[in-house]
This record gives sequence, structure tokens and C-alpha cells, in this order.
Amino acid sequence: MAEFDTRIDFYPTHEFKGIKYRRGHVLPFGATMVPNGVNFSIYSSAATSCTLVLFEKNAEQPFAEIPFPKEFMIGNVYSMIVFDLDYETLEYGYRMDGPFKPKTWHRFDKSKILSDPYAKAIGGRDTWLAPPNWDKLYPFRSRLVFEDFDWEEDKPLETPIEDLIIYEMHVRSFTMHSTSGVKFKGTFTGIKEKIPYLLDLGINCIELMPIYEFDEYEHSKKDPETGELLLNYWGYSTLNFFAPKSGYAASGKFGMQVDELKTLIKELHKNRIEVILDVVFNHTAEGDHRGPTISFKGIDNKTYYMLTPEGYYYNFSGTGNTLNCNHPIVRNMVLDCLRYWASEYHIDGFRFDLATILGRSQEGSPLSNPPLLESLAYDPVLAKCKLIAEAWDAGGLYQVGSFPCYGRWAEWNGKYRDTVRKFLKGDEGIVGDLSQRIQGSPDIYRSRGATAGINFITCHDGFTLYDMVAYNQKHNEANGENNLDGNNDNYSWNCGWEGETNDDYVNTLRHKQIKNALAILMVSQGVPMILMGDEMGRTKYGNNNTYCHDNELNWLNWELKEMNADLFNFAKHIINFRRNHPIFRNKDHFSNTDYMNTGFSDISFHGTKSWQADWSSSSRVFSFMLDGGHAKNGNSCDDIIYVALNMYWESIFIEIPRLPEGKYWHVSVNTDMPSPFDFHSLSDESRIEDQLHFIAGPRSVIILIGK
Amino acid sequence: MSFSVKSEVIDNTAIIAVEGSLDSSTAPKLHDEVQRIILQNPKDLVLNVEKLNFMASAGLRVIIFAKQKLGSAAKLFLVKPQDQVVETLRMTGLLFSVTIVDQYPE
Repeated sequence: MAEFDTRIDFYPTHEFKGIKYRRGHVLPFGATMVPNGVNFSIYSSAATSCTLVLFEKNAEQPFAEIPFPKEFMIGNVYSMIVFDLDYETLEYGYRMDGPFKPKTWHRFDKSKILSDPYAKAIGGRDTWLAPPNWDKLYPFRSRLVFEDFDWEEDKPLETPIEDLIIYEMHVRSFTMHSTSGVKFKGTFTGIKEKIPYLLDLGINCIELMPIYEFDEYEHSKKDPETGELLLNYWGYSTLNFFAPKSGYAASGKFGMQVDELKTLIKELHKNRIEVILDVVFNHTAEGDHRGPTISFKGIDNKTYYMLTPEGYYYNFSGTGNTLNCNHPIVRNMVLDCLRYWASEYHIDGFRFDLATILGRSQEGSPLSNPPLLESLAYDPVLAKCKLIAEAWDAGGLYQVGSFPCYGRWAEWNGKYRDTVRKFLKGDEGIVGDLSQRIQGSPDIYRSRGATAGINFITCHDGFTLYDMVAYNQKHNEANGENNLDGNNDNYSWNCGWEGETNDDYVNTLRHKQIKNALAILMVSQGVPMILMGDEMGRTKYGNNNTYCHDNELNWLNWELKEMNADLFNFAKHIINFRRNHPIFRNKDHFSNTDYMNTGFSDISFHGTKSWQADWSSSSRVFSFMLDGGHAKNGNSCDDIIYVALNMYWESIFIEIPRLPEGKYWHVSVNTDMPSPFDFHSLSDESRIEDQLHFIAGPRSVIILIGK
Repeated sequence: MSFSVKSEVIDNTAIIAVEGSLDSSTAPKLHDEVQRIILQNPKDLVLNVEKLNFMASAGLRVIIFAKQKLGSAAKLFLVKPQDQVVETLRMTGLLFSVTIVDQYPE
């Protein structure tokens, strides 16, 4: 302890009602443990004064309120060190005084206790669905966390993005169902218990829907018909950008959510599974002028939000307010936040919800060179993190293919989803478009390579894969909005009956269509993402917007794995197939030439006749051949692979390319065959008799291997 | 409940009995005890936690600290931990870093 004693700033200089404190350090922002005390630092461009408010954990009333003396303020930053605080039981907040004049964009209210935007944990709702008390003096309470987790040798995995197979999941939904078999249902620890399942399936990356602290009761209401409580279940509404959701941690009630989440990440990394966070920087939980004052609104309204000249909130997010991401202050906060998650939590990448908002100016117009996106792209701490944009927003800005990327950003490829869905249901005029999608969309990502696109057919928004083949229309009545919410353009086909049926023909066709979809996804260039449960035929009964349901509409029913064993086995095979064939994972686009002099170009297109693709508008058949000599852009070696996609409703006779002397075509996948003959395990593919022709069944995918 | 720490070294094994609630107000006492006893280079460290009824983050950190100070050759035993303590260790991934026993020597 001797070194502590030699520094005078380890000792208080001031005292206020028995609390000892001194001038603090301006940086870092937030509350930081320092020898003998805690350093508090917060800024506001327009407050006239600031008071630090200290609580014992869960106490209604604060035990101390310490006004910041003027001399503790540098620039717009208030800082102080308070001594002899208990790190584990302390909860803190601020009061900010200043004008309440919405027309000049200020909404200060010193009667409110404000949560620190830089708090590392939030107390007050420690467990999921803990009943809220709206009249509480201070409901969402800033807390301290220990930042000394024992990571041992762990670090972010830095798996090349083209090698990822992303599994999008919701923490609570993954293990909450009674059939999950885990001890701590619906938690981070629950996911940890399911790591063997994820390994068995073969994915190597999970993308977690929002885990920043949010209020599940925000905008909650009772369904007028059923009386069921409808929640902010998905959590796309952030209370604090640095704090993990306590209600997602089994140990949240002990305040150990940080340790529990880090333990999960460390364990996933040990199993070579990356973790991507779905982050929501487009708006906050404070809503519009009618919403609550929790933090930003009372600290510096005009800095944190995009405001109209009249002082109301711009609403590009569709949720009430829009975070002012290209204000330098907010930009720095976002950067600090992502750096914190990358360094403190070893997060491997981020998916940005409604990311085009991050490219809007402070007045809302799209910027050609948005400083925030540029800062993130060039940041040294984030240099190896995956950055993935949802390249559209609720304000009508759609930037798939044109999102400012700086050579770094990837995008959710919405065009991939729409094209593949249309092709699967047998629409005409799609083959040309589809050929671009399976090549990694070179038409929209010409200079960015195949890895610019995250390919997906389903995600949390919209139908599950099963519902995509079981429903023509959305059925969102349970959301309590008269079926008006959710997307109307689902490009889905119910295979002949709307919803559940005992008709064998319909059910067989549905399973085949699911396999077709998974197969197309896994043989496409780009980065595939599958939605939790699609590998076992998960249904939400046609509801395509289940944001509000804490029930079986969202919870994954693990019995489906046995009930739909054919789907699970197929999904597992096709994932494994992709991971074993580097030719599907090229970083750069195909060149349509034979630059490796193997005798075949890297990719070639075919139809019912080999070497003659049918691009006509009535065509529903598309085949392509990948030459393994061009795997990983010529840096790896693979078999020759031929994929035939027949979305015509009848069988077709396909001519297949002649292989070089000594090589033979083998069947790996034929979705027209009933399970277990729909695929052959790796290295056990069956050699076909007729090496020049193949019959592709109605609506089926054939994968052949030449070796 | 009052908190107490008592330690002894028998046959090159350090034994610390901990009672009460291990949180940020009490953890420094155990921390100091661990630090002091490890100077004697014990073969194993045994924490008798039968009467430990609560462990918070700060307590968890003393366990990690002890584990790191001991090195990989020595074992860290927890004797008869209560359910809450075991659950906490499980959720935070420490359960496999310690050896849980009903008595020591086993």
C-alpha cells in the first residue's frame, strides 16, 4: 500500500455532511474505482449546475447529495472523487439544473435523478419482469462494476468473416421454454449450457439480439382481448449503452451480470464460437416529448437528440426519438461504448440496428461521408471487429449496396432475402437476379467483395423459415394492433394451405422447401446467417413481428428438434458441408475466368443443358458449377461442385457438365429424396450411374461433387 | 451475521475457515488472510465455507485471486459450500477452477 500513501489525491480535501471528497479526474467519463474511492465524471453543455446523488442499493431515498463545487468543473465536465464508498452496494445518479425551454431545445428538470450515460451496470430491475414502480424517485440506477475479469488466454477470435456461419438468437427465447432442459432458463448461463448444441449444429458465431439494459415494461400494455401482458420483449430500446441486461443474467439478482456474460463469452470463445452484438444506437428508451426523463434528456437534450426547429423529436427510428449520432459528443460516446465492449467483453463484432441513421446529419439528411461510420471503420481498438449494418431505417433511407463502407463495413443483404424468397416460391423472372445473389451480389458490392453481404433468408423481423412456407399472410392479431403491424411483403408461399395441417403432401413440400432454402443459403458466396430455430422448423404461427411476446411465440420449443429430425439433420449436414468446402467462402468475387488454369472457370452457369443457362423470364431452373481449383480465390483446393436449383413444379431432366478424365460426379444433396436419403455425409457421397444427366425433382436442390 | 476468518497451516496445507457474508465490506479481510498465508507456499489451500451464507462479486474475486496466487500446481478446495455459493460459482464459470469436497482431507 506504500505507493498509495505517497499520492495526495488518495486523500479527501472536502467534506459534506460526513461524506469525504475531493476534486476528481475529468477522464475517463463515468464512475471509476480509484484507490480509496470512486471518481465520478459527467458532462453537459448547457446545465447550470450538477449534483451527485448517492444511494444504498435499493434504498428509496439517497444517503447523500453532493453539489459539484464550481472549481471541480473543467470545460463542461463535472468530476469528483468520493471516498469510502462500498463498490458493491453503491447506486448513483445526478441532478442537473438548467432551463426547461423545449423551444430552445432544453429540457432540464432538477427534480429528476438522472442515470449516468457511462454507467457500466444498471440496478433497479435486477430480474426479468421485476414489477416496475413508476413513481419511484430513481428507477434505473447507475452502478459500478469490477473490471478485473480473469480472461486467462482469451481474446476475440478474429475468424475471417467469410468463414462465419452466424446464428441470430434472442437470449431469453433460446432457453426459456420448459423443454430447453437447462437449469437457468432464459439467461446467459442458459446459453452456456447449450454450447454443445451449437457445436453439434456447426455454427461458429452467435449474434445476440439487444443485450444492452432495456426496460421490458416500456410501452407495455394488456392485450384488450386476451388480457395478456405485451412487453418490449425484444429489447430494441436502450436505457444504457454500456450495461448488460441484468434480467438476462441468472446472477443479476446478485449484481453479477457482468461476470456472467463475460464467462459466457469466454466459454464460447474456447469453443471457437464468436459473439456479435446487435446494437441499437438509433434511439433510446426516453421516447418523444411525452416520454420519461431517464438520462440523456435531462443531461443534455439538444446534444443527444435530433430535434425539430420547434423542439420536438425527429423520428427516423419509428420509435419516438433519434439519437444525434453525428454530433461529436454522441459520436464519441458511441465510440467509447464499442471500444468498451470490444476490450472489456471481448466482443467479436457488432450489427447496427437501422444503421443508416448513423449516416444522417444532425438535421437528418444523409451524409456522403458520415464521420461516425468513418471513425468506427478506422478505430484501432475496433480494427479486428466485424462491423455489420442494417442498411435501412424507418425514415425511408435504403442503402443496401450503397452504405458508406470504408472497406470495412458489411451489410445485412436485404436483396438476398427478397430474391431467394421469390425464387423459392416459384416466381418468374428471378433467375438473373438470383445468379447475382448466390455469387455474393457482385452487382451491388462490385468493389467490396463477397464478404460485404450478410446473406439471410430469415431474421428476427418477419416470418421464421417454417412460417415462410406455411403462411401467405401475416397473422399478427396477438400483437394487439389489429394485424396492422409487421411487414406485408413477405414473399412467402404456404404450399397449399394457410397454417397448420395434417396434409402429408403439404407438410412434405414444406420440409423440402425449408431444405431448399437452407441449401441455397449455404452454397452462396457471402456470409450466411440463420435464425434461431429455423434448423428445427420453429413456428410463430404466422406472426411476423413478435416483438412483444414473452411466451411460446418467441421461446424455442426444443421438442421440435426430435419432431423435425429430418430438418435438423439436413441443416447440420449443409452447414458442415459449407464449412468443409472452401470454394463457398471466397473473399473476392468470381471473375468468370480460369485464372488458375484448371480447365474450368471459377464459376460457370448452366440450365437444363450444360453450359447454357436459361435467363429467360419464364425460367425457374438455375445451375452453377464452382471449380475447386479456385477455392479461396485460388489459395485453397476443393472439389468441383455443381448445384442445380429447380423451382419448377415438375421434374426436369438436366444435362450436367462432363468432368475431366478420372473424376466422377457424386450426389451430396438431393432435397427431392425423403430423409435420410436427402443427403450423403461428407466423403460418403454416392457416385451416380449416368455421369451426364440427372433428374431434378419438382422444387428441389441437387448438389453434386466431382472428385 | 458476523463475519470471521480463521486460518492455520497443517502439514503444508493452508486451511481458512470463513463464516458469515463475503461481500465488499468483508472480502478485504479474507483477501489479506489469503495473501498472508500464501507466503508460506502451501501445497493446497482449503477454504472451509460451510458457514459462509452469501458470496457477492467481491468475494468471487478473492477466490480468483487465491487461485492465481496459488499457481497451477496447487489445488483450491472448498469444503461444504452452501447452495448459493455453488450457484454463484457455476454462473460465473469458477466452479471448475475449484474442487468441492464434503470434508478435508477427502
